[in-house]
Parts: sequence; C-alpha cells; structure tokens
Amino acid sequence: MKTIITATGIVGLILTASLVMGDVDKYEKSERGEGFFSQYIGKTLDVAPINNTAYKEECGSCHFAYQPGLLPARSWQKMMGDLENHFDENAELDKDTQAELTKYLVENAADHADYKRSKRIMSSLGKNDTPLRITETPYFIRKHDEIPKRMVQDNPKLGSFSKCAACHVNAEKGAYEEDEVRIPGVGKWDD
Amino acid sequence: MKARILIPVVYLLSSHVVMADALNDMFNEYKQKGVSSINEQAGETLWNKEFKDKNTGQNRSCTTCHGIDLTKVGKHIRTDKPIEPMAPSVNKRRLTDVKIIKKWFKRNCKWTLGRECNAQEQADILTYLKNQ
Repeated sequence: MKTIITATGIVGLILTASLVMGDVDKYEKSERGEGFFSQYIGKTLDVAPINNTAYKEECGSCHFAYQPGLLPARSWQKMMGDLENHFDENAELDKDTQAELTKYLVENAADHADYKRSKRIMSSLGKNDTPLRITETPYFIRKHDEIPKRMVQDNPKLGSFSKCAACHVNAEKGAYEEDEVRIPGVGKWDD
Repeated sequence: MKARILIPVVYLLSSHVVMADALNDMFNEYKQKGVSSINEQAGETLWNKEFKDKNTGQNRSCTTCHGIDLTKVGKHIRTDKPIEPMAPSVNKRRLTDVKIIKKWFKRNCKWTLGRECNAQEQADILTYLKNQ
C-alpha cells in the first residue's frame, strides 16, 4: 500500500515537473513556422537575433544593438564607411574590427534574410533607397503611425523611436510582437 | 607547495596588476613620443574643460557623458545608455586593456575636443583617471 502511494507520488512529481519545465520559451522552438502560411512567410522570429559578440559589444555599447536584418546591405556598407560621422558621433573602429563587423552586417542584412520583418522592410524600400535609420523605412513608419507623440517623442522617459528595447521587451531576442510592447510611463500598447 | 603557485598567480591576475600593465604600456608609448613628465592636475583640468562643437555650437566635456562623479554610472547624452563608472576604484575593468583605452581616446577626444588628444594630454588624463 505504502509502495503504491510513494510510487504515485513520485510519478505525480515527475509529471508536474515536466509540465512546468515543458513550457519552452517560444523563441527557442524551431524557427520556421509549421502552419500553412508561416512556411511561406518565413521563420517565426521577426528578425535574426545577433550572434556576433564583437557586434554586440561594439555596436551595442552606446545604443541598442540593431539586428543586421533590419536594413539592406547597402545601408550597412554606407554606415560602416563613415563611422567618424555616425549620427553626429564618432564611432571609429580599428581596421580589423571595422572589416569584421561590416562583413557580419552585410552577410546578415535584410536583403537575403528569411525573416518576416526583414522581408517587409525590403518590400517597402525602393531599389536604390539607402536608409541609415531603421525608423525612416516606410515599413517602420507604417507600423508605428498610430502612436501619439505624447507616448514617444514627447515622452520624457523615451524621447525617440530609436530605443527599440525600451518598448519592445524582447527586441534583443529578435522579437517585435505588438502584444509584447510596454511603453515606458504608459504601459501596454492598445490600438 | 600549491600556495607557492597560487599566490603569485592570484596576485598577477588581480586587477591592480592588470591595470598597472596596461598603463605601463601606454606610458612607454608616450615616452617614445617625447613625453618626459606627467601632470595629474593638467589631466584633471583637461577632463573637466568645456569645448564648443563647431557644428552644433553645444558645449561638451568628458563629464558630459561620464558625469561629475566618476564613481557613479554616467549616461550617454544622446541614447541615455548607462556608462559604467570611469573610476578604477569602483570599476575594476577600467584602464586594463590597451586596445580599449586607445579606441575611446580616439573617438572621444575627436568628438569632445574636435581633434585627437596628443601624447602629453593622454598621459596627463590617464594619470588623473588612475587615481580616481
């Protein structure tokens, strides 16, 4: 009798544990969607997360480390070729690091990235458009055009759209889902 | 027996030795460029001095981003990104890597002063910073 109770208890414990631990972070599941449409739309992550340590350290030292898949290769080339004038800042790097990071950016740029946001950003650009600001791409503007100024530009806790991770809580993982947005001083975005 | 090995290893890895090594390398380079004496006071003055940017007309100094109190976290003036304290007394990683020292001197002097800091200026600034 005792053995049966103990055994049931142990099995119960194992089942509960697996239920709790079985809830895998949805961003760690297989990247390609399994649905009918998502197979064609691309991977379930919005944009490829950063997997280059030097990029994260160097380009994330002053601002959010924007994923390469958010701009076309030509934009990254232009930016990396003029780091002395990086949005009124000096972001110069030694030659080797500059070359390494340019290569990483160009190879992972939006042009050939199989991710939803990368494709949408590219579709919204003209063939020769070379934006230096993600926030100036037509796709970005369209996605953010319902947000009142008081929540971003005139929000003392924010000030600008350039701080992606300030509102998009999983931006560093490459996730920009609307329902995960929390605007500082405002809360959940509700459109 | 183990202590004979461990103690020197631990000593060598301790942050003040790493900082001393990096600064030694830097000061040797400055010597080769003709710097013969260092002035901590001059370093402090330069660190706090304000320079006018010719494009925007705004005043800048090292303290603009690093803050007045070097033992506290600073803030990037544009992106609001926190900047770890500059003072080695509270931030053991400061002044321990020659590559990093050179990178930031180049960028930040150019942005703040409008030109690179020369060897004497760098030597004076490092002398001031290492004692904070």
